[in-house]
Amino acid sequence: MKVLVPIKRVVDYNVKVRVKADNTGVDLANVKMAMNPFCEIAVEEAVRLKEKGVVTEIVAVSIGPKTAQEQLRTAMALGADRSILVETDEDVQPLGIAKALKAIVDEEKPELVILGKQAIDGDNNQTGQMLAALTGMPQGTFASEVNVADGKVKVTREIDGGLQTVELTLPAVVTTDLRLNEPRYASLPNIMKAKKKPLDTKTAADLGVDLTPRVTTVSVEAPAERQAGIIVGSVDELVEKLKNEAKVI
Amino acid sequence: MTDTILDRRDLRFQLFEVLDTDTLLSRPRFQEHSRETIEAALDTAEKLAQDKFANHNALCDKEEPRFVDGKVVMRDEVKEAFEAYIEAGFLAARASFDEGGMQLPEVAAAACTGMFTCVNPGTTAYPFLIAAAGNVIRNFASETLKQQFLAPMMEGRFTGTMALTEPHAGSSLADIRTRAVPQDDGSYRIKGNKIFISGGENELGDNIVHLVLAKIPGGPEGVKGISLFVVPKYRLDEQGEPAERNDVILAGLIHKLGYRGTTSTALTFGDNDDCHGYLVGEAHQGLRYMFQMMNEARVGVGYGAALLGYRGYRLSLDYARDRTQGRSAETADFSAPMIPIIEHADVRRLLLTQKAYAEAALAMSFYGYRLVDEIQTGDETQANDAALLLDLLTPVLKTWPSEFGVKANDMAIQVFGGAGYTREYPVEQVWRDNRLNPIHEGTTGIHGLDLLGRKVWQAESRGLVLLAQRIMADVSATTDSRCQPFACALQDMLPKVQSVTEAVGKQLASEGATAALSNANAYLQLVGHVVAAWMWLRQANAAVALTSAEDEDFANGKLQAARYFFQWELPRVETDITRLQEGDRSSLDMQNRWF
Ligand SMILES: Cc1cc2nc3c(=O)[nH]c(=O)nc-3n(C[C@H](O)[C@H](O)[C@H](O)COP(=O)(O)OP(=O)(O)OC[C@H]3O[C@@H](n4cnc5c(N)ncnc54)[C@H](O)[C@@H]3O)c2cc1C
Ligand SMILES: Cc1cc2nc3c(=O)[nH]c(=O)nc-3n(C[C@H](O)[C@H](O)[C@H](O)COP(=O)(O)OP(=O)(O)OC[C@H]3O[C@@H](n4cnc5c(N)ncnc54)[C@H](O)[C@@H]3O)c2cc1C
Repeated sequence: MKVLVPIKRVVDYNVKVRVKADNTGVDLANVKMAMNPFCEIAVEEAVRLKEKGVVTEIVAVSIGPKTAQEQLRTAMALGADRSILVETDEDVQPLGIAKALKAIVDEEKPELVILGKQAIDGDNNQTGQMLAALTGMPQGTFASEVNVADGKVKVTREIDGGLQTVELTLPAVVTTDLRLNEPRYASLPNIMKAKKKPLDTKTAADLGVDLTPRVTTVSVEAPAERQAGIIVGSVDELVEKLKNEAKVI
Repeated sequence: MTDTILDRRDLRFQLFEVLDTDTLLSRPRFQEHSRETIEAALDTAEKLAQDKFANHNALCDKEEPRFVDGKVVMRDEVKEAFEAYIEAGFLAARASFDEGGMQLPEVAAAACTGMFTCVNPGTTAYPFLIAAAGNVIRNFASETLKQQFLAPMMEGRFTGTMALTEPHAGSSLADIRTRAVPQDDGSYRIKGNKIFISGGENELGDNIVHLVLAKIPGGPEGVKGISLFVVPKYRLDEQGEPAERNDVILAGLIHKLGYRGTTSTALTFGDNDDCHGYLVGEAHQGLRYMFQMMNEARVGVGYGAALLGYRGYRLSLDYARDRTQGRSAETADFSAPMIPIIEHADVRRLLLTQKAYAEAALAMSFYGYRLVDEIQTGDETQANDAALLLDLLTPVLKTWPSEFGVKANDMAIQVFGGAGYTREYPVEQVWRDNRLNPIHEGTTGIHGLDLLGRKVWQAESRGLVLLAQRIMADVSATTDSRCQPFACALQDMLPKVQSVTEAVGKQLASEGATAALSNANAYLQLVGHVVAAWMWLRQANAAVALTSAEDEDFANGKLQAARYFFQWELPRVETDITRLQEGDRSSLDMQNRWF
């Protein structure tokens, strides 16, 4: 069984980003980039399925700049067998990515697509859902457990107030939540092995999709500085403040 | 954005733009490598350092290892980090592919391991000690010893130590008293006390391999009579598994200013006359074996100091961008918001000085590692020259980053103001940890004596000549007008160093070593500052060659730090030059009873 794992190149989660002075975005000059953490979880899950003998081939795919090759190599060092880069210098957005992924799905015909529930740059949480809609595949989002058996995948989902388990018929789309697994590190010997694995490059035109952004960013601002807290005298006072000042209960 | 671990842009600069690592990668041993594989290795290193090392640096400082019921107890995170480090392949990063390694050049391997030291020097010391002890065994021990001990060390199953120091003999290794008595079966019985042995007790592996310096009775006096032994905590059974307890006892843990995550131990060997040891190589060659590896270990100490200097710099830079205090001198309006302290020139002075120290120290360390690469993979001339230069420069590469790394950390505390003095903020620990570096692997004082008393005169001073040639090559290669003043200033220093050296040479002949070497520290400082200035010229030359718009700020930062070093730091050596020329006797003539 073949798994497709889409991954995104984003600013490293350890980097403390600062908003540009002209409020057009965050300053990314010489900033460290890395694989989106949710995508790492997706790769890890695919690799575990392969180690269990459920999956036979893992194909990593990224839609982004040429430098996204680095993240694809990482995916291959982690255990993906080959990868595809859809190269573009556009500021890619979920709909464009989902369309490109649909074209790849049509070509590759994977039985499972595992992707992160969101990327930490845009925090959109849309690509997986859009891909499911475009391809007509069933979706199991926010997965904290994935079990594949008998042509079906059981996905335990993290929802408000608890867990929900859904059963999907393959082929299906699964998006990963934080607690699904703890990703491994790309070990030095595996980095060397990844060098020899195939990496294909395509363009949006090859796939016949348009990646032009549909959403315009008006302005980016840093979050307001947190105000100092207060110490309340009693539980009653706390309840009163939550009710009447914060108006949250 | 402020990356507080080693900045990746700066690493790329040091490796590929200042040092031509691409050329190194074209050598047969490194053929499989490219910038991409090195960047990928760095990615793993940085991530692992962030996830599994940074998390317990402060915790292990607060909660030092304790000795409970015969075992050292330390926080669980240490073992987790240690195991992850080995599993990811960093212990074997330099080793050949056929040994399961990644065959990385020294410069690249150092760049990787630097990530760990930067965020947690205490935990990183354990794998480093294995690597250092393993290196000695690999190069000098018999096949049998290698099979028995090196193999499990490289898998992280056995840890390692370097046991040189004794309570009465630290700098004076010639005076060690530990004895090794030969037995009929070819092994030795070891008896003596060692102190300050890092990692001397731990539960990270199944066994501890101590590399012990000891004297075989009847051997030559002094350092010529020192031999080196493998002394395991557990002796091995037929299958090579740890079995019977060897007679090595932990006499106590030492409580330190910093580096608290690493156990420091006092060890007793042979209290019950049953401590088995195995000779490494030949008898009486122990110090030579140890020191052959020491050059690299000492570059490593300097590098560690540079990394902590850098860490403090980045932490204080990040703080200075966020902390607001005061207003510009021209603002009279107190309702205007306060400004980030980085807007104050004096705070920028503190940051710029740290940058000037730390990035020169890093450049110097990578230069040292590159020399090691040249020794290992260069052609005969390259290797010989590199050996000569590394031998000369080792005292500088060890001490300059150590001395100035600590000074940088002092300024990091200053940027933090009152917060810097508290344990709620990280810089005081960085300073405490770094304070070790001018002490171990030979104190700064001892290295000053080594440089001026031995190293500069070795091989008819060809090392010094070669250093001058290398510096001149960079001076001559300077074409950009922004760098030319630096090149001129550096060039002016060379005849001064030469005449000071000649003056001390005359003093040695006329007044003897005690008098002539009494200001050896000033000489070490002089050569250190010249080498640091050279590193700034190299960085400035590399910076002006950067053309992409994205690099503009980065390149300007390098140029400004170079300018700072040449304007404010290099001129400081003029006093050293004058006093050394005169043969100043202030310290020499000071009498014990006058204090
Ligand atoms: C945290 C820590 C970890 C260590 N780890 C290890 C380890 O793993 N293995 C190991 O074997 N050792 C280790 N050491 C010991 C270390 O190498 C010694 O502390 C060091 O060599 C200095 O020796 P000493 O402490 O006896 O100081 P001393 O030799 O007593 O020196 C005290 C002062 O006198 C000066 N001095 C001494 N002799 C001379 C001289 N001839 N001329 C001029 N000045 C002189 C020194 O420069 C110094 O300033 C460690 C030490 C520390 C603090
Ligand atoms: C152990 C300890 C005991 C103390 N005891 C007392 C006490 O008993 N009573 C009390 O009132 N306070 C006390 N203090 C507070 C102490 O006086 C302050 O820490 C000190 O005034 C510095 O202020 P700060 O910590 O806010 O640093 P900051 O003012 O934030 O300074 C941070 C850095 O910015 C620089 N800086 C700040 N403003 C400017 C400017 N306008 N121009 C140029 N550079 C600038 C500083 O020089 C410093 O390097 C104590 C502090 C400590 C650590």
